[in-house]
Amino acid sequence: MIQPASGAVSPTLRQPVLPRLLRLAPWVLAFCLPLVVDANASGNFAYYLVWAFAAVGLAAMWGQGGILSFGQTAFFGLSGYTYGIVTLNLGDGWLSSWSGLIIGLVVSAGGAALLGYMIFYGKIKGVFIGIVTLSVTLVLETFMAQTAGPQWVIGEARLNGYNGMTGMPPLTLPWFGGPVTLENTSFYYLVLVLLAVVYAFTRRLLDSPFGLALVAIRENPQRAEMLGIDIRRHQLLIFVLGCTLGGLSGALYTIWGSYITPSAMGLTSAAMPVIWVATAGRKSIGAAIIGTAVLVWLSQWLAIYGSEYALILMGAVLLFVVLAAPEGLLPFVSDRARWVFTRRPSKSRSFETQKRSES
Amino acid sequence: MTALSTLYSVIYQFGDNFAYLVLAALGLAVIFGMMGVINLAHGEFIMCGAYVTIICAKRGIPLPIAMLLGAVAAACAGVVIERLVIRHLYDRLFDSVVATWAISLIVQQTMLLVAGPSMEGISTPFGSFVFGEYSFSTYRAVLPIIALCVLGALYWLFFRSNYGVCARATIQNANMAQCLGLRTDHLYTLTFALGAGLAGLTGALYAPTMTAVPTMGTNFIVQAFVSVVVGGANVIAGTTPAAAILAVIQTALTASYGQLIGQIGLLLTVIMVIRLMPQGLGNLFNRTR
Repeated sequence: MIQPASGAVSPTLRQPVLPRLLRLAPWVLAFCLPLVVDANASGNFAYYLVWAFAAVGLAAMWGQGGILSFGQTAFFGLSGYTYGIVTLNLGDGWLSSWSGLIIGLVVSAGGAALLGYMIFYGKIKGVFIGIVTLSVTLVLETFMAQTAGPQWVIGEARLNGYNGMTGMPPLTLPWFGGPVTLENTSFYYLVLVLLAVVYAFTRRLLDSPFGLALVAIRENPQRAEMLGIDIRRHQLLIFVLGCTLGGLSGALYTIWGSYITPSAMGLTSAAMPVIWVATAGRKSIGAAIIGTAVLVWLSQWLAIYGSEYALILMGAVLLFVVLAAPEGLLPFVSDRARWVFTRRPSKSRSFETQKRSES
Repeated sequence: MTALSTLYSVIYQFGDNFAYLVLAALGLAVIFGMMGVINLAHGEFIMCGAYVTIICAKRGIPLPIAMLLGAVAAACAGVVIERLVIRHLYDRLFDSVVATWAISLIVQQTMLLVAGPSMEGISTPFGSFVFGEYSFSTYRAVLPIIALCVLGALYWLFFRSNYGVCARATIQNANMAQCLGLRTDHLYTLTFALGAGLAGLTGALYAPTMTAVPTMGTNFIVQAFVSVVVGGANVIAGTTPAAAILAVIQTALTASYGQLIGQIGLLLTVIMVIRLMPQGLGNLFNRTR
């Protein structure tokens, strides 16, 4: 039985009011949060949410489209560096910062389109997509790490090799009586609004005929092709969308900390989006957002004692999830909870029909 | 004489790159070609081999035996990981990739905690020799020969030994092999251990030439992926020509434009090869056989 990622059954008809309200609850809580905590803390919360875009992109690609890409951090870095280069060249006006953000997104979308064209029109399938994207990511990291010399300058911006770029201006808004800098609370609201827009858009897209076609491709590419679906175009489009969301994360991260280093793209960082999405449950983008925020918070908290502990915990969580709860931790917990309360078995889920012979 | 020594230096560079690509890829290629599992913990098996070799060599054990011990240690680690994790994921390809990545992360960071950010290495044996006007490291000149020996041993193992026949039968049709009385689960464990042991051997062989750090596996992993993707699922008939072709490209590009362009050239080659031959080079040989 094929089931779309989340709530493809038109929500207005079937679902009672209460679950829909419950679904809104995290957003309401998130919007009320800065009223309770101080500005500094909401800046930190913004940091947790910044990563969620990359997770949403990966959940859309992997959960819905069956494309496991390890390249989210490549586009993360690409757009982060682009933001740095553009803003360091154009100065710190509001126009410069916003065009930095937009050009960053355009560059990562362009890069994703190029790579995706090579992948999908080259008929690369399954795990090989992961290998190609991972290789691209690692080569990009190697390239950025060796740009320490003074010859690596784009306009005013030095790439600075392994130390990365620093000193990028934050986002500003033009306002009466001088521009307003978006930081702490206001940056939190910006990220939250963007996230809500991205969430609503992605949900609609994945529930639309386009999203259902992706599910069909994931479950059985040959059958989907026989039905007249252009597999390559669909996969390329969702790949570009997912990677651009990774790029959005990168640009926002660069704005938040006003620095970006090549290690943001390395092997360890590249594992992170996969860990968040696999843990939270790759079939649901809402779960991906919550899972990412919680796991980023957890690793930041553990990193106080040493980043090794945080990474070991992340690895252990991932291993546990893959072995014990392949649908993800949140669906796993909610299934158990449903069983405890109602003693009814959970509804049947569609498992990926990955066969070993496919590769 | 100058022309001769320049020629030899080109051959030396080629041999060096070839040995690196072959040795980095073999363990990964065995596990992928035989079992269809992409082992992202490949680099950690390499690291395991290197560390065990260095520790043994420092205790005064002769270097060749220390290297063998390194390979054996990695193979044992492979058995443990296959039994505990990989075994449960044979029918879930994506999950096995993700799980090996988790293992890689855990092992790497645990090593960082336990062994510290770097360890004092051992010196390269054999010294160097002078040919014409260039000086070459003898050890690095010997490595391509060792790589060829390993390839030959693998060929014997897969095509001449009893294990090889059983392993190939299991790949072709696991159910049928099981019906004929083969213990396929034992064969999978053995094959995974073989792949891990080969990775460990790579680490052991390169241990005297590089500094031992917990993240040293990452240096090998791009080359390993590249060779396996270009070579396809065929372990010997795929990986060997793939490594040879890639070594030619890398040597030429590195000699004229530098290390980085060499790496980027490798990657572009891979993408072009995949675009033209999605099954990899090994498939060309399959068709004619």
